[in-house]
Amino acid sequence: MLYREAGDFKTSYAEDNQTFPIKFDRWRYWFVLAVAYLVIPFMINDYWANAIFVPFLIYAIAAIGLNILTGYCGQVSLGTGGFMAVGAYACYKLMTAFPEVNIIVHVILSGGITAAVGAAFGLPSLRIKGFYLAVATLAAQFFLVWLFNKVAWFYNYSASGQISAPERFVGGVAVTGPNTEAWAKYMICLVFVTICAIIARNLTRGTIGRTWMAIRDMDIAAEIIGVNPLKAKLLAFAVSSFFIGIAGALFFAVYLGAVEVGEAFGIQKSFLVLFMVIIGGLGSVFGSFAGAAFLVVLPVALKLIGVDLLGWPTDLVSHFQLVIIGALIMFFLIKEPHGLAQLWRLAKEKLRLWPFPY
Amino acid sequence: MSTDFLYLVEVLINGLMAGVMYSLVALGFVLIFKASGIFNYAQGVMALFAALTLAGVMEGQVPFAHLINAVFGTEIHHFGWHVPALLAILLTVGVMVIFAWAVQRFVFRHLVGQEPIILFMATIGLAYFLEGVGDLMWGSDIKTLALGLPQGGSRWIEDMTAGMGGDDFYGFFIDKLDMVATVVAIILVASLIAFSQYTKHGRAMRAVADDHQAALSVGISLNFIWILVWSLAGFVALVAGIMWGAKSGVQFSLSLIALKALPVLMLGGFTSIPGAIVGGLIIGVGEKLFEFSVGPLIGGATENWFAYVLALVVLVFRPQGLFGEKIIERV
Amino acid sequence: MNATADSYVTEDGRTIGGVLMDMRNITLRFGGVEAIKNISFDIREGEIRAIIGPNGAGKSSMLNVISGFYNPQEGEVFFRGERRPQMKPYQVARMGIARTFQNIALFEGMTVLDNIMTGRLNHMKAGLFRQAIWKGAAEREEIENRAHVERVIDFLEIQAIRKTPVGRLPYGLKKRVELARALAADPKLLLLDEPMAGMNVEEKEDMSRFILDVNDQFGTTIALIEHDMGVVMDLSDRVVVMDYGRKIGDGSPDEVRTNQEVIDAYLGVAHD
Repeated sequence: MLYREAGDFKTSYAEDNQTFPIKFDRWRYWFVLAVAYLVIPFMINDYWANAIFVPFLIYAIAAIGLNILTGYCGQVSLGTGGFMAVGAYACYKLMTAFPEVNIIVHVILSGGITAAVGAAFGLPSLRIKGFYLAVATLAAQFFLVWLFNKVAWFYNYSASGQISAPERFVGGVAVTGPNTEAWAKYMICLVFVTICAIIARNLTRGTIGRTWMAIRDMDIAAEIIGVNPLKAKLLAFAVSSFFIGIAGALFFAVYLGAVEVGEAFGIQKSFLVLFMVIIGGLGSVFGSFAGAAFLVVLPVALKLIGVDLLGWPTDLVSHFQLVIIGALIMFFLIKEPHGLAQLWRLAKEKLRLWPFPY
Repeated sequence: MSTDFLYLVEVLINGLMAGVMYSLVALGFVLIFKASGIFNYAQGVMALFAALTLAGVMEGQVPFAHLINAVFGTEIHHFGWHVPALLAILLTVGVMVIFAWAVQRFVFRHLVGQEPIILFMATIGLAYFLEGVGDLMWGSDIKTLALGLPQGGSRWIEDMTAGMGGDDFYGFFIDKLDMVATVVAIILVASLIAFSQYTKHGRAMRAVADDHQAALSVGISLNFIWILVWSLAGFVALVAGIMWGAKSGVQFSLSLIALKALPVLMLGGFTSIPGAIVGGLIIGVGEKLFEFSVGPLIGGATENWFAYVLALVVLVFRPQGLFGEKIIERV
Repeated sequence: MNATADSYVTEDGRTIGGVLMDMRNITLRFGGVEAIKNISFDIREGEIRAIIGPNGAGKSSMLNVISGFYNPQEGEVFFRGERRPQMKPYQVARMGIARTFQNIALFEGMTVLDNIMTGRLNHMKAGLFRQAIWKGAAEREEIENRAHVERVIDFLEIQAIRKTPVGRLPYGLKKRVELARALAADPKLLLLDEPMAGMNVEEKEDMSRFILDVNDQFGTTIALIEHDMGVVMDLSDRVVVMDYGRKIGDGSPDEVRTNQEVIDAYLGVAHD
């Protein structure tokens, strides 16, 4: 009977506003953080880092970003891949132009540059709504990918058209380049994801978050209580793109190391991150983690079961993956638009009443 | 006439024909959107699925052969017969009708009254699902459609027009398949319009498009109409799939034509069949002209994004598209 | 404009101040249709001002002009003695004008508390970076404003549903939450568009009490549209009567009640 809500009374508004108002949840939160920071780095190897943890952490950042725009502010974007590309190429240009500056600064700056680009592409959102806007963001997706493909300046005129990350260090430890150890990749992503999640949580719990949700739920009513819709939407685009840019920079510099824009940041990436947000739960920071984890683990698990266990051909398994993802998207939209996060909440509510449901 | 001008004309003609192909896909979108308010992203995958099915049926392929082989360790691929084209097309139409019914029964019936953007995202899920199913059923290798449609450029037109320009002008290059597609598209649009204007079900369809509640109250079955509309869209997808499949083979990239149809719709408005046609033509001509004139200056391959940016710019000034009904916001 | 010179005290002891909002010769057209035809009236500080009239008389359009949704083709709006330029609704809101809607306009995906907190938006100043850090300025501000919102919640007796998503509430409570959101903004002028539409007698009595209490305790100026004549006559200090976009009566409830044109409009005498 560990999980108890009763008797956990609040005596101040500050306590009532906590992220984890229930004591048990707070303990679990610290426990997860402790495992993530103190246990996993010592156990991780290349396979686990590259197959699961690093992509999971990076996609979590991207999903948090898209969730701010789509889940909180209600503006669906299909340009995530393009904005990740902006982050990646900004990071590459900064890394090669200012090698003496710390990579962490570069990643954050890449986020800032992506925020500016995102806000620019968010400008039409004042006039275009709903799926008109979703389709309009495709303009960003295709234009940006084309731009990074065609303008040689962005990839420093390299013959292959690829960008590859030079070796950079944080505190004497390589975090990019071919000699990076698994735990170093993992740690830098973990630090970024932690900070991003805290910032996202803080922004969405206060005035700004309420402004966004007001726009999402009813933009006319939002205006009548004093929300400037253009400002609110642009801010959502900028903040969202900031996170997505950081994710793109890490995806390129830390995870892949070398990137070809059409392959790494194509339209499929936009859909993938959108699916993470839908499956995880629209309007939930926790859901972004859940969705990212789910869609990173799913292909690995399917391959494990299908190819290694049953001995099926790889392409058959990848077709199954499409069917499963598609079916899941429809299932979640029909049954639970708030995604895994809501399922988790419901489970908790059931647990709270357990073993006497009435 | 100067050669440059003649080349420009050729670009224009080819642009118009490409536009027709875009319109073919966009038509399916408009049908579904008008009747149910669903923006069906899966339309492109439906075209792919229909073409795959047609090719598979004609070749006498065993559906789900790969899956069956993997599960049971068998080695089956073909039934060993070939189905004549016409019969195969009828069978494929049947499959698309079943698909329409299933989509209605298992997905959209449960999403009635949801916000359009939720429906849109559901169709993205549907697209993934259908693509996976199509690959599982027929395999993902590139297939050719042996329907006997004419291929290649028309020599006759080339010879006829060769004399118009100077020595370095060899006549207009016009794809025969594009010409067939244009004729088919015209017939298709004409019959769709005739259907919706003069038949009982067509009138019911328009009634539903106008007002769900009112249509229900005069005894129209929404469910039936939606299945009908999805079936029609499936048929349009089949036609588009045949045309595009004959042009570039039946393969995954076929589903990406949906992405091309989106800006067409944004230009033409989601609710207007003529809008879809004109939008398609504008995009077709626009992107060819842009590539012809500006493309070489900025690295080419502008067709990837030109349509979107054009649509975006138009939308900023006319949020309802060129032909869409004006959106009136009420307090 | 001298606020004290023409102020007076009502029978029940409230002080009505000078003119807060002055509408001068307002004309609003939609295409060829004139929804409002050359109407002038004022709203005084501290009073409850009602706008009544048959369906389609232009009442809601009038409210929309005041709150900035529509910009009249002719006429001027004076607020607190100054001419108000053309404004967007959110700018009007920031001047201290809050409103409710005929068809409730709440944020369905948010809790009651969050909905009411949105009313405090214009009183919260912490910027992006302070909110991202949260500890310190942003949290302090949140708690101060929460305290204010809790007072409104107590006042409207909706403590029990604080954390309920608005989408789950019944109609009557939604109306009350919407009023709470408007009140949380500390408005100088509160516009209520049919606050009692679709309510039963008990709910109407509750709502009337709240309106009177708001006016009495906070001294908030209120302009409301209402169909229920009984309620209007009981609540309001002065009444504007509209019909077909024209003003056909203006004065105390008793004056309006005896106005022949008003009686005609309500009894449906043929127009010539």
